[in-house]
Amino acid sequence: MTDVLTVRELRAGYAGTTVLDGVDLTVPANGVVALLGRNGAGKTTLIHTIMGLLRPYSGSVRLGDREIAGAAAHTVARSGVAIVPQGRRVFAPLTVEENLRIAAGRGHQAWTVERIYQLMPHLAERRANRGDQLSGGEQQMLAIGRALLRAPRLLLLDEPSDGLAPAVVDHVADLLEGLRGEGIAALLVEQDLHLAFRLADEVAVMQKGQIVHRSSTSEFRADRARAHALLGVG
Amino acid sequence: MAAYLVSVLNGLAMGSLLFAIALGLSLVFGMMDVLNLAHGAIYLAGAYLAVALLPGDDVGMGTFVLAVLAAAAVGAILGGVLAGLTRATPGHLDQALLTLGVSLVVAELLSVAFGEEVHAIAAPAPFDGGVPVLGETYPAYRLLVIGFGAVLAVAVYLLIERSRFGSLIRATVADRAMVSALGINTGLVLTGVFAAGAALAAAGGVLAGPILGAQPGLDEKVLLLALVVVVIGGLGSVRGALLGAVLIGQVQALGTSLLPEYASFLIFVAMALVLLLRPAGLLPPRTAVRT
Ligand SMILES: Nc1ncnc2c1ncn2[C@@H]1O[C@H](COP(=O)(O)OP(=O)(O)OP(=O)(O)O)[C@@H](O)[C@H]1O
Ligand SMILES: [Mg+2]
Repeated sequence: MTDVLTVRELRAGYAGTTVLDGVDLTVPANGVVALLGRNGAGKTTLIHTIMGLLRPYSGSVRLGDREIAGAAAHTVARSGVAIVPQGRRVFAPLTVEENLRIAAGRGHQAWTVERIYQLMPHLAERRANRGDQLSGGEQQMLAIGRALLRAPRLLLLDEPSDGLAPAVVDHVADLLEGLRGEGIAALLVEQDLHLAFRLADEVAVMQKGQIVHRSSTSEFRADRARAHALLGVG
Repeated sequence: MAAYLVSVLNGLAMGSLLFAIALGLSLVFGMMDVLNLAHGAIYLAGAYLAVALLPGDDVGMGTFVLAVLAAAAVGAILGGVLAGLTRATPGHLDQALLTLGVSLVVAELLSVAFGEEVHAIAAPAPFDGGVPVLGETYPAYRLLVIGFGAVLAVAVYLLIERSRFGSLIRATVADRAMVSALGINTGLVLTGVFAAGAALAAAGGVLAGPILGAQPGLDEKVLLLALVVVVIGGLGSVRGALLGAVLIGQVQALGTSLLPEYASFLIFVAMALVLLLRPAGLLPPRTAVRT
């Protein structure tokens, strides 16, 4: 199986500090990889560096066979990467409709605003509301819808369950599970292990800016002691 | 009563001009945290362009409109160049210093070309006289400027609130990184806004010509007023720029008619009051989302 994302020896940080200390990671086409790790391990930094929001010091990020390390975010986005960022970051002064329309460029036939509304009828009801008038769950839906409208090959999801009530997390999980078969690979950062295990085929664990473990989800779940050692939970 | 109305009208005319000038300053700051200190110089370039293009008196409306458009074009070019220069310069302080440098160079070139004296600019023909307002004669041109301000406010409202480009601008003010993560080249949006804002400032220089004329030092005065408007209204906010401009226009007009010696002082009192009560300005743009 070919990989849609290949990260090699990636180093990055802020103002000279090193956060990513040689990250190696792959995401197979159509696969879902959960990226786990404690607070401050560097997960968001990795997501941002892949997206082009943070310029790496060195190393390689390949999308298929195209090198994108150091490219601007809009270039990376146009190569088929979309992000559902930590904290959702929907555009507060824009309505739901405007938040979606801004992402819906010309030519992305697979996903239209109408299709997002069909998938998330609740958003359709709220289409005239501003981003800052939505509940956390609605904002999360909007952030996912916005990313889908880019018709991505690779979806970067940074803690989509963060701060949501359990019932809402289930709803988000159903939605993401429903996307299987759409030909979208995903790198999923998640603290909620139930959600991560439900969605991911494989698990990668990050510690201090490096990937220290990689296995299939079932293999990872089978060894509770190791999971505990890696994550401090389980 | 009539004197009061005259003051209100003067304030509205000034407010209209300030809105045109402050808008670009506010949006550029909101989008890239850069205070474009060359904004006043661009305004002055527009005013001197009117001096160069318009005959001393007997200006026809067609000629005047042409001068406004020419100034807008020159402003847009200057703004585009400034956008390119600031984007190529990392660091907010360096960017501000760069615009300050450009402003000094432009102002110096203008005073070499046009001298140190005060140039008057004639109002265009059908509006160069006075109209009776409550028994007094009021300059017709100022009413035209007020009309222009109203049309501009509506046009800008429609552009910002109802068009796709407007939602792009608001989104970029709110979260520039997320906009670029959606595949949009925010540098282009920024250059467009920078150029449009500078075009408005330069056009404002022509429009203000018949009221304020053209002379060295006017760039700094106008920049300062525009900064006060932007700070009072809220950085990056279009509605804030409008409210701030109308407010400062009124304060200035009232000050000039009641306490001429303290008029500029009153403006800073108004700014200090707003900052004390609402540090983010009266109508700051919505950026933070509760999560
Ligand atoms: N903008 C920033 N400027 C400076 N340092 C930062 C910045 N963002 C993150 N860091 C630092 O980088 C390190 C990694 O942060 P990062 O956000 O990538 O971790 P994370 O694994 O996503 O954590 P969390 O689970 O809390 O989201 C932390 O030490 C953090 O303090
Ligand atoms: Mg994080």
